[in-house]
Amino acid sequence: MKLQQSTLLGLYAVLELAKADGEQLSAAAISDKFDVSINHLAKVLRILVKAGLLQAARGAGGGYRFSGNTKRTTLMDVIELFEPVSIEGFENYGQPHQTDVEAGLAVALVEISEMMQATLRSITLRTMLKIMERG
Amino acid sequence: MNNSQPSKSDLAIHIRRAKETDLPAIKTFDERSNKDANPRYWQEMFTRYGDDKTKQLFLVCEKDTEIVGFIIGEIRDWEFGSHPCGWIFALGVRPDIRLGGIATSLYTAMCDFFRKAGVQKVRTMLARQDIDTHSFFRSQGMMAGPYIQLEKDL
Repeated sequence: MKLQQSTLLGLYAVLELAKADGEQLSAAAISDKFDVSINHLAKVLRILVKAGLLQAARGAGGGYRFSGNTKRTTLMDVIELFEPVSIEGFENYGQPHQTDVEAGLAVALVEISEMMQATLRSITLRTMLKIMERG
Repeated sequence: MNNSQPSKSDLAIHIRRAKETDLPAIKTFDERSNKDANPRYWQEMFTRYGDDKTKQLFLVCEKDTEIVGFIIGEIRDWEFGSHPCGWIFALGVRPDIRLGGIATSLYTAMCDFFRKAGVQKVRTMLARQDIDTHSFFRSQGMMAGPYIQLEKDL
């Protein structure tokens, strides 16, 4: 699994804003902190607003604030806004005409995929904030 | 994802050791009891973990005189080459009052019991699809440990 740049930016932005505890942050402040393109970040922020995780305030002094529920939103919820969670090169599992080699590999890869998904679905943003606090 | 904020239950709760008379209430909200559990399961659990044992603990949570949660744990020595550690292997809260701090209170009481017994590690094992319980233990700071569970059909 390799997360796309948009997904990583989505995670950075959501966690940074959730950590701000209702305080508004500008896109520029977030892009500066993570040293990322503000144009790319703006597209990501729009997706997060549409999903109800962020609220945008327009105008001078505008910015974004977290509006989701940190206890109910998981890493998987954020990642799935940007990409499906799967093991790269393994998207065709279960297709007919698999060879014995492909079917054998599929057994191992399904196990890895299920562990990965269970982990991502179990870690809420609130838990992430606690992990960040611990350092 | 569910963005609605859960209502905080009014926590006037009391955590205590389980009594045999608590079992019927526990059965009503323990998810395993509603499926294909052995009807004697809870009686056997109480026999094994109830009363005043030194390495086993079966706690319940009372709220307004009603049983609303339970937790069962045990100290196991040197299993799999591990130093003695506390195992939590059953935890349940009545579904209508979840997210109100009951499970956290039960978990904290169980960890206190383990600490007082000189144990420095707490472990649990749960079904991969049990996202709510998995999420709860993660929220308490639990992470994947150094062991992997394996199994095979016989």
